Amino acid sequence: MAGGAGAQIIVDGLVKRFGSFVAVDGVSFDVARGEIMGFLGPNGAGKSTLIRILCGLLRPSAGRALVAGIDVTEDPDAVRQRIGYMSQKFSLYNTLSVLENLRFFGGVYGVPRDRLEERIRFAIDMAGLAGRETSLVATLAGGWKQRLALGAAILHRPAILFLDEPTSGVDPESRRRFWDLIHTLGAEGVSVLVSTHYIDEAEYCNRVALITRGRLIALGTPFELRRRSLGAELLSIEREGIANAIELVEKAPGVHDVAVFGSALHALVDDAATRAPALVAYLAGHGIAGATARRIEPTMEDSFVHLVGAATRARGDPP
Amino acid sequence: MKLRRVKAIAVKESLQIVRDPRSLMIALLIPLMQMFMLGYGINLDIKHIPLCTYDREMSQQSLGLLKRFEASRYFTLRKTAQDYAELTRDIDDSSCTIAIVIPAGFSQGLNDAGTGTVQALIDGTDSNTANIAANYARAVISGFSGDLQLQAIQRRGGTVQTLTPVDVQARVWFNENLESRNYIIPGIVALVMAIVGAQLTSLTIAREWERGTMELLVSTPVKPLELMLGKLLPYFAIGMLDAAICLALAVFWFDVPFRGTLATLLFTTSLFLIVVLCIGYYVSVSIRSQVGASQVALLLTMLPTILLSGFAFPIDQMPVFVQGITYLVSGRYYVTILKSVFLKGAGAVELAVPILCLALYAVALVVLAARSFRKTLD
Amino acid sequence: MNGSAGAAVEVDGLTKRFGTITAVDDLSFSVQPGEIFGLVGPDGAGKTTAMRMFASVMRPDAGSIVIDGIDVLAHPEKTKRHVSYMPQRFGLYEDLTVEENIRFYADLFEVPRKLWEARAQSMLVASDMTQFRQRLAGQLSGGMKQKLGLTCSLVHTPRVLLLDEPTTGVDPLSRREFWQILYSLRAEGVAMLISTAYLDEAERCDRLALLNRGTMMYCDTPAGLKSRMPGAMLEVASPEPRKVREVALALEGVQGVLLVGSGVHVNVDDGGRRSPQLAQALAGAGVQATHIEEVAPTIEDLFVALLEQNSEA
Repeated sequence: MAGGAGAQIIVDGLVKRFGSFVAVDGVSFDVARGEIMGFLGPNGAGKSTLIRILCGLLRPSAGRALVAGIDVTEDPDAVRQRIGYMSQKFSLYNTLSVLENLRFFGGVYGVPRDRLEERIRFAIDMAGLAGRETSLVATLAGGWKQRLALGAAILHRPAILFLDEPTSGVDPESRRRFWDLIHTLGAEGVSVLVSTHYIDEAEYCNRVALITRGRLIALGTPFELRRRSLGAELLSIEREGIANAIELVEKAPGVHDVAVFGSALHALVDDAATRAPALVAYLAGHGIAGATARRIEPTMEDSFVHLVGAATRARGDPP
Repeated sequence: MKLRRVKAIAVKESLQIVRDPRSLMIALLIPLMQMFMLGYGINLDIKHIPLCTYDREMSQQSLGLLKRFEASRYFTLRKTAQDYAELTRDIDDSSCTIAIVIPAGFSQGLNDAGTGTVQALIDGTDSNTANIAANYARAVISGFSGDLQLQAIQRRGGTVQTLTPVDVQARVWFNENLESRNYIIPGIVALVMAIVGAQLTSLTIAREWERGTMELLVSTPVKPLELMLGKLLPYFAIGMLDAAICLALAVFWFDVPFRGTLATLLFTTSLFLIVVLCIGYYVSVSIRSQVGASQVALLLTMLPTILLSGFAFPIDQMPVFVQGITYLVSGRYYVTILKSVFLKGAGAVELAVPILCLALYAVALVVLAARSFRKTLD
Repeated sequence: MNGSAGAAVEVDGLTKRFGTITAVDDLSFSVQPGEIFGLVGPDGAGKTTAMRMFASVMRPDAGSIVIDGIDVLAHPEKTKRHVSYMPQRFGLYEDLTVEENIRFYADLFEVPRKLWEARAQSMLVASDMTQFRQRLAGQLSGGMKQKLGLTCSLVHTPRVLLLDEPTTGVDPLSRREFWQILYSLRAEGVAMLISTAYLDEAERCDRLALLNRGTMMYCDTPAGLKSRMPGAMLEVASPEPRKVREVALALEGVQGVLLVGSGVHVNVDDGGRRSPQLAQALAGAGVQATHIEEVAPTIEDLFVALLEQNSEA
């Protein structure tokens, strides 16, 4: 986190209601300068409402949001000058060339004429599109289009960048390259907000906020979310045909939850070190000999599922 | 073929129609609107021609002649002008089509020389209307001069009988008053049915392509014929409802005499409906976009039906080559049938030939439409 | 389980061209009953084209597909009874309710009423959707749409299930439920072919084919594939990931460095030997690192490494 104390975004007790529906329910967090913050949650969790408020497109029902030191309800236009926005569905014009697209977006963002060429040059170099300036966007591969869209979104040097599912459906190589660029921007002091429902996109963020039903249910580094928030440890139980023994494992002592995962069973246990040998013995006692149990790293999906389940139970909502 | 699958598709399609009240309204309102617009808009009779008069004499005789113009149902007096400038202005701004100017000395000429001159100024922009207006004016004037002659002879003590030795009494069959409406409205019913019928089905397959539901549908065991029947059934029901609306308007609103039997009318109407529904379906299968399919369907049905069905333009007046083409237009048979059923009261026996042609047409299109659909994304 | 005929799906030399582009190039593999087989690869790898050919909604230019002993190319309609296909794009009717959609597909496959009603009921219970029976499909969330799609494709108890990127746009919770349903189908002996661009999802399959530009690079179990990963993966947690990368790249035996959210993944030739060396180098450069440990490579790590190997070769 390059910025340290200088928070670029401060959100405090933010609420947004649409009629009786609460889309954002008392959300508070802040994002430091140069920090890459992910919002992870299912569709309809309130992520886009939150981002629209931060872009000054929607007025909050209650609470406060400061973006680059400006209250979004007081001067939304000034906020919009300082942010860049890019989504997977970013509307580049397929029938225009790379350069024509960048000139167009430069004009839309009001980049001063004397700076435009220099900024466009920077965007093209950053996106690795040097030599393809006159190619039509339609002829570019997915990864290139996406980097071009990013280049267009930062033409006006925004302090804050919003990314909406930026790398869904992009091949792994391009995805890695894209995130490398994002981290470079972060190092230069740009704060980045990523909204996604893909766990693997969240893994690239410095910090991740889990959002479900308008509420922020957990906030931490991917590392913290994976290890600590689970409140339990994960065992992988492997043996030929072990998937059929799921009901048996569910009844074993110390096991909170079991799920089939590929050819193995993943069991959530209170203490992996003692439960692993106990489970192997338990299975052998029930006629399933030769199983192995080892502690594995929980994934972010494991913690997400766990945390959402816990939050739902705590509120007594229907699942 | 499995009836269960046909039914499943028909039910699904009906639900979708009902869930989209806007399109249902359009399906029922458009024919209504078209009937009114075309029924009133296309009228080959010219009545109530706007008339302007300029009487420079103001004698008993000049007033008598102008009275006759006013009394005629072919003319409506719009303006009594006071000078030429006013009259010219009225013709120029199209507020009058014809102007009758009675010169000073009109009655004197009549009394002295036995002849008078009347000036008629006619807006020739629409030559057809101008011709008709001139003819009507001539008729009014000749009626007037006939009466004058009669009076003159009577005054001289002559006998009257010799003047009208022959009285021609023409009798026109089937359309006694020669109302062009009687003959044009059944044609309009056919035109509306052709347009609406093809529009209804032109969207149905294209929509499945556009919404991405087709990919799943072609991966099921459904057969092309089942798909077509299931899709056409609900639209057939709507189409027949549209036909009922149009025919009822023709009879009860436009007062077109209906002399045939309802059975013949319904039977032939359903044959024609099958033809146009299949045209729409075929277009929808061939063009996988709703907008495109709708436009092509409109083009394929509206133009031939207007131009080549004989609905307004008599086929026997067309060049022989074009007459040949009209045999390929399904609307031709339906227009013939409708006019005969309405005005002549013709039944299935008299209309055997056009009915047979229409039936063959329907069979051919059902086969074409059923075969056009391929269960593949290639 | 239909044991007599052996494989549920046999694909041999499958090829499809669009103009000059070969979308699927000489693809061969087989899937057993009760097996989940993954087609994994980036966009444009040919996954969807392959799926469409298996579902016999697209004809290949060369090769053969045999499903449940029936030649798909010779009898495309016959196989459709035993196969269920879930296209990538939501294929159900958004203006029909959940129940109307299910009934529609049950009718198309001529499933007896009692049978499909019972099956739909148990599927809706399993996917937590019973209270949404009367809701229009268009008003369901992404995850629920996919579960409805799965329910519809299972009303006729297919022997082979073809799922084209079924969890795209699905939240993690629904995705997990979705997979639990697939695993219960596996236990019933249904053969499943799943395409996905998410490499983390690939680990859930029994076997995988890695596709790139229409050709199959590897086909193995997830564990088997991972064992091909050269070297080991070290995870370094640090607040200064960029500095870690600089230091790591200068080190001997480092094959690749990847920035992830809370740290850096360093691909090294030998984990045991390089781990202390890296720690030492970081300390020497004054770079903070809270921990360094060897982690299992993900399929994604592997995919990238394999692509690099291939492009070098």
